Amino acid sequence: MQWETVIGLEVHVQLATQSKIFSGSANKFGAEPNTQANVVDLALPGTLPVVNTEALTLAIKFGLAIGAEICTHSVFDRKNYFYPDSPKGYQTTQMDYPIVGPGELEIELANGTKKSIRIHHAHLEEDAGKSLHEAFHGSTGIDLNRAGTPLIEIVSEPDMSGPAEAVAFAKKLHSLVTNIGITDGEMSQGSMRFDVNISIRPVGETTLGTRTETKNLNSFKFMEDAINQEVERQIEVLESGGTIAQETRLYNGDTGLSRPMRSKEEANDYRYFPCPDLLPIIIDKSTIEAIRATLPELPEAKKARFIADYQLSEYDADALSSETKLASYFETCAKTSDDAKLSANWVMGDVSGLLNKNDMHISACPISAENLGALITRIKDGSISGKIAKQVFESMWAGEGDADTIIDAKGLKQNSDEAALESMIDEVIANNPKQVENYRAAEADKRKKMTGFFVGQIMKASKGQANPGLVNKLLAKKLNG
Amino acid sequence: MHKQTIKQLMQGLRDKSFSSTELTQHYLNRINSLDSEINSFITITDELALKQAATADVLLAGDTKLHDLCGIPMAHKDIFCTEGVRSSCGSKMLDNFIAPYNATIIENFNAAGSIMLGKTNMDEFAMGSSNETSFYGAVKNPWDLTRVPGGSSGGSAACVAALFAPAATGSDTGGSIRQPAALCGLTGLKPTYGAVSRFGMIAFASSLDQAGPLAKTAEDAAILMNTLAGFDAKDSTSMPRDKEDYTAKLNDKLDGIKIGLPKEFFSDDLDPEVATLVNNAIKELEKAGATFKEVSLPNSEYSVPAYYVVAPAEASTNLSRFDGVRYGYRCDKPVDLMDMYCRTRGEGFGDEVKRRILIGTYALSAGFYDAYYNQAQKIRRLIKNDFAAAFNDVDLILSPTSPSAAFKLGEKTNDPVQMYLEDIYTIAVNLAGLPAISVPCGLKNNLPVGLQLIGNAFDDARVLNVAHQFQQLTDWHTLCAPFAKKG
Repeated sequence: MQWETVIGLEVHVQLATQSKIFSGSANKFGAEPNTQANVVDLALPGTLPVVNTEALTLAIKFGLAIGAEICTHSVFDRKNYFYPDSPKGYQTTQMDYPIVGPGELEIELANGTKKSIRIHHAHLEEDAGKSLHEAFHGSTGIDLNRAGTPLIEIVSEPDMSGPAEAVAFAKKLHSLVTNIGITDGEMSQGSMRFDVNISIRPVGETTLGTRTETKNLNSFKFMEDAINQEVERQIEVLESGGTIAQETRLYNGDTGLSRPMRSKEEANDYRYFPCPDLLPIIIDKSTIEAIRATLPELPEAKKARFIADYQLSEYDADALSSETKLASYFETCAKTSDDAKLSANWVMGDVSGLLNKNDMHISACPISAENLGALITRIKDGSISGKIAKQVFESMWAGEGDADTIIDAKGLKQNSDEAALESMIDEVIANNPKQVENYRAAEADKRKKMTGFFVGQIMKASKGQANPGLVNKLLAKKLNG
Repeated sequence: MHKQTIKQLMQGLRDKSFSSTELTQHYLNRINSLDSEINSFITITDELALKQAATADVLLAGDTKLHDLCGIPMAHKDIFCTEGVRSSCGSKMLDNFIAPYNATIIENFNAAGSIMLGKTNMDEFAMGSSNETSFYGAVKNPWDLTRVPGGSSGGSAACVAALFAPAATGSDTGGSIRQPAALCGLTGLKPTYGAVSRFGMIAFASSLDQAGPLAKTAEDAAILMNTLAGFDAKDSTSMPRDKEDYTAKLNDKLDGIKIGLPKEFFSDDLDPEVATLVNNAIKELEKAGATFKEVSLPNSEYSVPAYYVVAPAEASTNLSRFDGVRYGYRCDKPVDLMDMYCRTRGEGFGDEVKRRILIGTYALSAGFYDAYYNQAQKIRRLIKNDFAAAFNDVDLILSPTSPSAAFKLGEKTNDPVQMYLEDIYTIAVNLAGLPAISVPCGLKNNLPVGLQLIGNAFDDARVLNVAHQFQQLTDWHTLCAPFAKKG
């Protein structure tokens, strides 16, 4: 039987606020356990939550970025369940009245076509703490630093039909939320986590099959892997006459295996109800417009601008606009050098190559965008050749200084002195009579190829600094008489 | 000294008739020698009190502007978190809990230079109307040691009635300040919801809880409100409004004031002796120029059932944090997580608390939410509307505080519904978030009976004004419990 896959995502994004969503504790990753948990985070008796307005602002920013309706009236609810890393015995979240209503995000498929993925809503909630099982023999340690970290949970419609679309959506979302600056997007630190709802059905069938939910995937690769595996598993179950149990599954990134976590049928009754400690959130239109005004250029708009303003190819524009820091690096470089095409080539070629090789992010690039622009300027004004530029680039990467410093220090400036070049050419011609004779005897169409030998000799004599264009011109004149 | 009101003690301290240290020591002596018979304190903070008194005496000797309450001793209900002092909420669950922070109202009293004598007994987690559900044992009513002082602020009421403190703080979710004030012959105010910060007050039902004063007079209650009330950024339900002087209207005359009498609270069910005392009070107020008018609160009959859905629902989740993980009671040698949860909560909570957690959990469960919680919230809205309509016609509403006077210890402990009906006149006020005061209006068989005055939202000063004027006309509030004559 032919099967088709239906996927919906729930994405948790940690918001990059100064403090937690309901308390004044710092919102930072990696501190010593329980050093970023105050009386509110520890849920001491009598403590009360106060909403961090920065979290509201960031959630609204997201809503505006996906063209969603911002709900002027939203409500925090309590989701009741007992777990040691949930200090209040309930999670404060939004159930019936989320802050962000329906929106959509467009993804590009491998064949170049576009597909719109609908977003059902996005709501604000608090993250839980962490249970630490290692280092405590026979018991569990609790670290509440993460408890109360602001999250938005973005819930998509089941609009994706396979791992490629799901990953494209996830990547697009990652690009968007980092671009608008609402999260650091550090997936390895849990800043963005994906729950994948997967079901399959015979091709042509319109009702949805029973779905499973694979939780807490924190890399695109794990997500792809987990989906492939789960789809395979479901096909196997159905084709052998079984039925899919609606369950939550956990995927282990180390082993690459997934297993059921708990069955939804025996799941908790969360007893959602409006949190009486928090008043409904009322947001007026003018606040929404003020937040809209702070939105940076979105990746789609940036890409279009790169194509229009810099005449970049679709491919280059897409790659360079996907991430804010990369885009601004490119733009700074292009402005400094006044050459967008060369800048794009360098950023996507040499710069990206070395970054990848060293597993570095553009923000850690040892060569500033201005300095790369200055290097490109030296190519354009004929000070150095493209070949010498690569050498200068490597020295810059190694921290030996900016382009001009290195060019001066190493005497790499291109030689465009006609008289000096002519005498160099004369010397090469004089020292290679046989090659000159062969050249002059050859047919015109073969001569071009034979020029290479002489250029090579001259470059050697000039230690690579001879201006190649000028050398070619002068050489042709001399050889052809 | 112990017979004086706060107003009088303030004068005494300023006149140097006595020092705060002398006053504090005097109260501590009374408590330490006599409270074993009343059990109104869970924790007595002698050392802290004397330290605070010494500091207050320095201020009193100086020439800086003094806060009204500087040097005045007080008792605080054990529902308020007090830094470095056990804050048990009357429960085994928090018997070992020493709060690392102060409730906002405690901070306010500390800043004012008031003295904390100790933490008062209360029904466990403020759930009860007789102070019999406390882990620390029942409190006895100083008017008759075989009777209850009311609850849940029973310790606070009893300690003021026994003259162990000139005033105490309480909290009122369904009547927990007013009913014990009535049963102990005191003046007790439940302020408008949002007037007093809830930060650091251990939550029972968040949308109903409000802290307030229990005092000898309405004037003292007004003085206390100046310290208790005020916006607190740490409580999202605290109302952002300018600081108010609650004593400002105390002496306003009653000429022309219109007071409503809800017919539903004056039905034939009302205890005839209580009815007589309330009617006498009405006559006194009439003499002072107040006019009376019948009003209707047609949905008030639903207030007790609605309350017993909303309050337990909120309580059931507010009390989820008591899980043995981070603080408080933890069962001995749990074998696994589920065992720890079950035994910690099973052993740490008393029966009434467990009953309400079960009721609340049920009311919020899938399939029952609409029938119970949602329905109760709708009724709550109707009750609020009833009051709003009444306040279109009248300035204030008057009723009994409690169906009768203090009942015998143990009399209602096996009948939760009878116990719940103790708050039949007080509960609607919490559902509507309004201010209300109970003032003594007479004796029934030598036991005090309370009169309730209900105001419109943030009309607390008016409520205090009418209560104060009533106390200028009557002397029921000056009567002393027999036990208080000891020592």
